[in-house]
Order: sequence, then C-alpha cells, then structure tokens
Amino acid sequence: MSNPTHLQYTKEHEWLTAAVDGVSTVGITAHAADALGDIVYVQLPEVGDTVTAGETCGELESTKSVSDLYSPATGEVTEVNQAVIDEPALVNSAPFEGGWLFKVRVEATDELLDADGYTAFTGA
Amino acid sequence: MSLRLTALDALHRSLGATMTDFAGWDMPLRYGSEREEHLAVRTRAGLFDLSHMGEITVSGPQAGELLDHALVGFISALGVLRARYTMICREDGGILDDLIVYRTAEDEYLVVANASNAQVVLDALTERAAGFDAVVRDDRDAYALLAVQGPEANGILAKLTDADLPGLKYYALLPATVAGREVWLARTGYTGEDGFEVFCAPADAAHLWTALTEAGTAEGLVPCGLSCRDTLRLEAGMPLYGHELSTELTPFDAGLGRVVRFDKTTNDGAFVGRKALEEAAAQAELNPPRKLVGLVSEGKRVPRAEYAVVDAEGAAIGRITSGSPSPTLGKPIAIAYLDAAHAEPGSTVAVDVRGKAEPVQVVALPFYKRAR
Repeated sequence: MSNPTHLQYTKEHEWLTAAVDGVSTVGITAHAADALGDIVYVQLPEVGDTVTAGETCGELESTKSVSDLYSPATGEVTEVNQAVIDEPALVNSAPFEGGWLFKVRVEATDELLDADGYTAFTGA
Repeated sequence: MSLRLTALDALHRSLGATMTDFAGWDMPLRYGSEREEHLAVRTRAGLFDLSHMGEITVSGPQAGELLDHALVGFISALGVLRARYTMICREDGGILDDLIVYRTAEDEYLVVANASNAQVVLDALTERAAGFDAVVRDDRDAYALLAVQGPEANGILAKLTDADLPGLKYYALLPATVAGREVWLARTGYTGEDGFEVFCAPADAAHLWTALTEAGTAEGLVPCGLSCRDTLRLEAGMPLYGHELSTELTPFDAGLGRVVRFDKTTNDGAFVGRKALEEAAAQAELNPPRKLVGLVSEGKRVPRAEYAVVDAEGAAIGRITSGSPSPTLGKPIAIAYLDAAHAEPGSTVAVDVRGKAEPVQVVALPFYKRAR
C-alpha cells in the first residue's frame, strides 16, 4: 500500500493529517500494520488526556508482539476511534482510513516526514 | 553468520512471505494474515515448509538398542513404519530435545529433531553410539520437509498419490510416490489436525509444493507460516522446546512422564538419565511441585511467555511458557507452569500483563481437540 501524499509521517510509523480547526487525526502506517501482523488489541489514550510528541500514549498488540504507540504530536486528545477498540483488525485492513486511532488538538509536533521521505525511510 | 535457506526460498519470496530468522534459518513467518492461515488449517488445509527440522538417520544391527540407550522411549519396540514421540535427556534428566522417531526399516530409524537442537541431538547420539553396532548420520541436507495439515489434507494428497492413505494410521509412515517423486509420507503433524508430513529430496521440494498447491486449490489450501504453526500447536496443547521444555526440566516436570519408558528391556533397562528420571517420577507422584496447565482470558490483552502468574495477593504462583490470541476460541490463551495448589481446572488466577493483573481461568489442556 502506498503512503498517501496528504499525510505526514514519523519515524515511529505514525501518520498525522493536516489540522482542521486545530485538530489532526493519528494512525499507524500500512508498513507498520503489516510488520506487526494481525492486530488483536489496541490501547489508546482517553479523551481529555494530554499526549506528548515522541512519547508513548498506548499500545498495539498483535499475535506475536506488543508495540508501544508513540504520539506524533503534543496536545489534548479530542476523540478516540471506538471502532478500532472494538475491532482491532481495522488497523490492518484500513490503516489510513477506518483504522485511524485518535484525534489530537495539536500544539506541537516532532519533526515529520512527507510521504516521499517516509517511503524512502522505510525502504519500500 | 548468514541464514540458511530452504529449497523453497524462492517460492516463499514469490508468494510475498514475511520471513523470519528461526534457529539460523530464514523461514516464512506468514504469507498474509496469520489468523486466516490458522483458520484454514482448522477448517480446510494448510501447506507448510518445515525444512528447518533436523533429520538424523540411525542405522545398523543395533540401531534400536542405541536409541533405547540414548532416548527415554522404548524405540526398538516400535513397529516398522510406525512413529513415536519421544525425548532425549541428559544424565540429570534435563530435556535436551523432544523428537519424533520414525522406524523406516527393520534396522533403520529417522530421528527428527527441532531445528534449534539438531546439532545438540546429533552430537549426543554420536557420542552415545559408542560401543553399539550402529551408524548415526547427519541427514539435515538430505531432506526437505513439507506438511499438509487440515481436514482436507487427505483428499488433497489422494489426488497426487496411489499410496494407501486410508490404511496409513496416525503416527505411521510409508515410502510413497507423490506427484511422481519418491518421498516418505508420514501421518504426523503439529497442528492438532489430521495431516501428512512429506520428507523429500530438496531438489523435489518445489515441484511437490507446486503440485500440492494446485491439487489443493479447490479445497481452499493456503500456504502457512511458522506463526500460525505456533498458535495451532498452542491450541492443541503441544509443547514447544524452549518454552514448555528445556534442560532445566524433566519430562515429569512437563507433565509428559508417560514418554519415559522404565519398562524397556534392552541394555538391561539402562538408558541415559534413568536414575535421575526415576527420582523425578517419584517426586511427581508424591508431591508434584508444579503443573503445566492452560489459561483462558476473558479480556483482550494477551498473557505472553515469561509473564508471571499471580494469586489474589499478587504473589507469584507460576509463569507463562506460551501465550497468544486463540483464533479458534476467540480469546487469549496461554500455557503456564503453575504451583500445584492453584492448578485445579476452574480456578481463577491472574497474569501480570505489563503491570496490570488480568484475571484468567485455569483449564485442562488441550484448548482444542478435533472431532474424529
């Protein structure tokens, strides 16, 4: 799956949309979802939590492993995707769409990559 | 050191497999979704490359006596063309490996060791062969190994061979021609399903893989990697070396004391580890220190290998050896060594999942048993 050009990416394999009214949507990339394998459990921050760019804010559990979820941005969580909590396999089947993870009111971000930069980074 | 490649390596890559380092071999972990592969084996059929397994041929007039001496099983009592699950132990009773031994002729046996232990087993058998009129031969490069597992395995294979499949019992084998190639065809496996393992020349492996794939298309056969092999064997309650079995444990510690045959009559009943294993058997009878049990979680977080099992006060009462989401049960499951006092099926204990106690129920193994 190619990396959508309208998103920005971290080296920890999260993606972030451009902010709408200050709020961005966060997910993990197809590359990361594929590397993890079938995702069976998603632990997300709660609405109202403050997350910090580059720090862990949840975890993704697959058949074989547990991976930390890092926040690509600092700010308050405004919404979490209940659909992926109920059906974690959405992260595998639609990582850039229905498998989004949470929304954050962005105050700051770490250095982000564009799609070409992320594609080059993953060697895909 | 570079990874060893099986004869099917190019095929795996053409199928888009995710590869993994397994005991020094570059092996397919999964081709797509490991859950789909798992369910295919339970409901239809799956095709595995198991060429990393370690084959050792033991032959000669005293091959049976040698194996009776070297292993815990009564191997010489095995009928020709039958197979047996057994173990090789140290003098102190610690398990060096678990094995399947196939008797391929009156005076010849094929010993199949785990990839990670193949050299250890080869060395031990070679050393233990001293004084016996028998030859231990490293046949790791002589065989590739394919497995067809699942309820459709019999029908798929029947399209490719005239061998008497209905007459081939569980834990038996036959010399057979499959898709025009000479193989050893064994009714064994590690998935809890009916199925076959096909020992072939590495040069024939790709031909057989392709023939099996084509023969199985209509039945829904899919290529399967080591990831689903692990969840399949876990559901079936089968031990895995390095998890449920180790040199620190005896077969009695692992609840597999039945593989130790104190009744064997060859070599005056002597075998490597006998004395220590008699003590372990007595201990297990009187006062089993811990038991191998199943755990089922109602939550979503997965109890994984090495996590502590704890009681209501948070005190450690055991340790997880293997854990995974169970595609068949739809819940996380685990195998654990648990203090005998807490090991009664139906008990509720907890697992320390990265700092949070997740309640789990103790159950008898296996988690899954196929309908026969």
